Amino acid sequence: MRFNARVASAAGLVAVVLGVAACGTSNGTTDPGSGSGDRATLTLYNAQHEDLMKLMVADFTKATGIKVNMRNGEDFELANQLVQEGAASPADVFVTENSPAMTLVDSKGLFVPVDDAALAQVPPQFAPSDKGWVGFAARSTVFIYNAEQVKAAALPTSIMDLAKPEWKDKVGISAAGADFQAIVSAVLALKGEPATAAWLTGLKDNAKVYQGNGAVMKAVNAGEIQGGVIYHYYWYKDQAESGANSNNVKQLFFGNQDPGAFLSISGAGVIKSSKHPAEAQQLVKYLNSPAGQKVLADSKALEYPIGNGATANKVLKPLSELSPPTVDVTTLNGPKVVELMQQAGLL
Amino acid sequence: MLLSGLIVLVALIPLFFVIGYVVSIGWDQAIALTWRPRVGELLRNTGLLVAGCVTLASVIGTGMAWLVERTSLPGRRVWNVLLVAPLAVPAFVNSFGWVSLTAKVEGYAGALMIVTLSYYPLVYLPVAAMLRGLDPALEETAAALGYGPWSTFVRVVLPQLRPALLGGSLIVALHLLAEFGALQMLRFPTFTTAIYDQYRSSFNGPAANMLAAVLLLSCLLLLTLELRLRGHQRYARLGGGSARDIPRRRLGRAAVPSLVAVGGLTTLALGVPIGSLVFWLVTGSSTGFPLGDLAARTATSLGLGAAGAILTMALALPIAWLCVRRRGRLTMLLERSTYFGNAVPGIVVALALVTVTIRFAQPVYQTVVLLVVAYAIMFLPRAMVSVRAALVQAPPVYDDVSHALGSGPLETLRRVTLPLIAPGLGAGTALVFLAIVTELTATLLLAPIGTQTLATQFWSNTSSMAYGAAAPYAALMVLLSAPVTVLLTRDRWRSMPI
Repeated sequence: MRFNARVASAAGLVAVVLGVAACGTSNGTTDPGSGSGDRATLTLYNAQHEDLMKLMVADFTKATGIKVNMRNGEDFELANQLVQEGAASPADVFVTENSPAMTLVDSKGLFVPVDDAALAQVPPQFAPSDKGWVGFAARSTVFIYNAEQVKAAALPTSIMDLAKPEWKDKVGISAAGADFQAIVSAVLALKGEPATAAWLTGLKDNAKVYQGNGAVMKAVNAGEIQGGVIYHYYWYKDQAESGANSNNVKQLFFGNQDPGAFLSISGAGVIKSSKHPAEAQQLVKYLNSPAGQKVLADSKALEYPIGNGATANKVLKPLSELSPPTVDVTTLNGPKVVELMQQAGLL
Repeated sequence: MLLSGLIVLVALIPLFFVIGYVVSIGWDQAIALTWRPRVGELLRNTGLLVAGCVTLASVIGTGMAWLVERTSLPGRRVWNVLLVAPLAVPAFVNSFGWVSLTAKVEGYAGALMIVTLSYYPLVYLPVAAMLRGLDPALEETAAALGYGPWSTFVRVVLPQLRPALLGGSLIVALHLLAEFGALQMLRFPTFTTAIYDQYRSSFNGPAANMLAAVLLLSCLLLLTLELRLRGHQRYARLGGGSARDIPRRRLGRAAVPSLVAVGGLTTLALGVPIGSLVFWLVTGSSTGFPLGDLAARTATSLGLGAAGAILTMALALPIAWLCVRRRGRLTMLLERSTYFGNAVPGIVVALALVTVTIRFAQPVYQTVVLLVVAYAIMFLPRAMVSVRAALVQAPPVYDDVSHALGSGPLETLRRVTLPLIAPGLGAGTALVFLAIVTELTATLLLAPIGTQTLATQFWSNTSSMAYGAAAPYAALMVLLSAPVTVLLTRDRWRSMPI
């Protein structure tokens, strides 16, 4: 019966091989990074909103014939993944919602400089001085509040006020989201570490943590909490659709160069290990080109285009009236923010 | 033997990885990352949820099993199916059903209710099976000695149910420790959801891995605790005898309240999530049936399920064969080692595989192969139980008879062994398949670029609050899971692990 045991093992091995073969075929491509034939296929690590990037990438593919595969995730998830993967990364281009994750990847030397042609398409403050990446969209921090529950006189004048005791259990944040972490990075850059740590400790006491900015707005709309910190486009998007999650919600733009008026830059960069650097540069250049910026402005994403001469959707409060704080994009630190948030118990 | 050893080594990768990781980052940093308020908060949340849910699920599961198995409850057969049916609704779909209707279920109380409604069948099933198999003589003796019905139940029946109750509770607890989607939606942070949050903000950073280590430790503690408590007493009838039906207790005036209880439970556990799904399917503003996407996601889920189930069963076969046919210390050790997989949540498996493959096996990193291997590691224990049970059906004496009658080994395999074990293997494959189709956590972390399953598509839609768009994917998962319910209500498969 020794033989039977061997037969069973052999059968097992055959089944393994079959199984692996089956899953190879059932899913078509197992290695989408390698591209086929004469046209390169780019792999895009995308931390921007998936629907927006799908639109922009489709237009890019139509214009150039270059296909793009996307891996979707959060800013720091994909940034750290790129760092871990190092030179073996399948990624050609990296796109984020917020710049701190770009800075992290840049600091590890994983980007090649963006072509000057792409850099020339936006004002200089939207790219770091080492040209590692370039901005293509912007979003403004806002305070949203339930119009019935919060009187105008009781509104905060700065985002720093939200750590005060009077906001206990009344504000919502999406602590695990890259957006909120970018806002914290602005507070850190403008107010320094001790003040930021104290502010986060206050927020730990005051804030209810939600999964995503949309969930924060929904809770404010329903009156579960009085206010929350999110980006501007959630409210505009919901208003454009049905208003079901935002009709009781008003937006407060802090302005006055408050950290709470922080304007966050979405960036794009070319990965050093890319096997298709020319095509990758083309994609980055497309994103902030007039054509790309038009797709962005016309989309339902309602983020601000920042290309020279691009005009934002008319429903938005004009970019020129936001009065954001002046922050050098290279000083926005991601890992430090995560560390501070861990210490405060928000992560 | 060598093959089996290799398989077990693969299955233990997550365990080795976590231990290695803790050692490698050093004592100081390990302490700094685990000894902080957030971990205390998570420990408290996770502990309260496990304690509360295990208690409630035990009470509800035992009560319902007693009503169905031991009383004259009208419509018992139907109730039996309906009481198991919540298993066909993945916990994160149940959670979605509730939270999309009202935000009041967020937080501890709501989370406790929803996970209890999802997981009480895991206690109900083994307890009901045990109640049916008990020897009535003991209870009759107790009654003859003057015990009333209540004290008979507490002092005679309940102790006999201990293995089933403990086993069921352990499975509930392990499910809770690994639960991600349901609790994330209810904004109730536990270790698993916190690890995911860490992953989202730092990929496989030290904080995520240290939380994983604490989670793994909790799971292993539970596992040993259950082994201790279970003890070595046996309650089964010695010798064959012929099973005798136990006379059912007449409910009389208690019939109406009992029916209300059973009906109320099934309404909450089944009616609300299904009703909510139907509601979103009909009225959801973000719907419009994307048939192409639905078909593609279904195909991906089915393909992964099939590949994963085949691989898992193939890996379980040689080990189970050794255990059944070549009992010995080494084979026992091999079998026990696969059992550890029960205690390793999907998020820990995924996190370990991400790091291990990036460092040592780049070619399989981000491929379907890795995802399927993760499924195999996670569900090997389930496959083992059914493969073992199947192999026991084919004792070696049949092989000998076959050989004596002149059949060669291959013919014996084809004409004797395979027909005997096929039903068991089929059921095992089905169980693993369905587990994969509704798997969310590991799939989120390991799915290759562009691969979306029903579960991950559902998740990304609910995350962006597109409830209407999420509903069709949830409905498909429920439909695919439904057959397992039918399977589990059949006597033969009652002892199957979920």
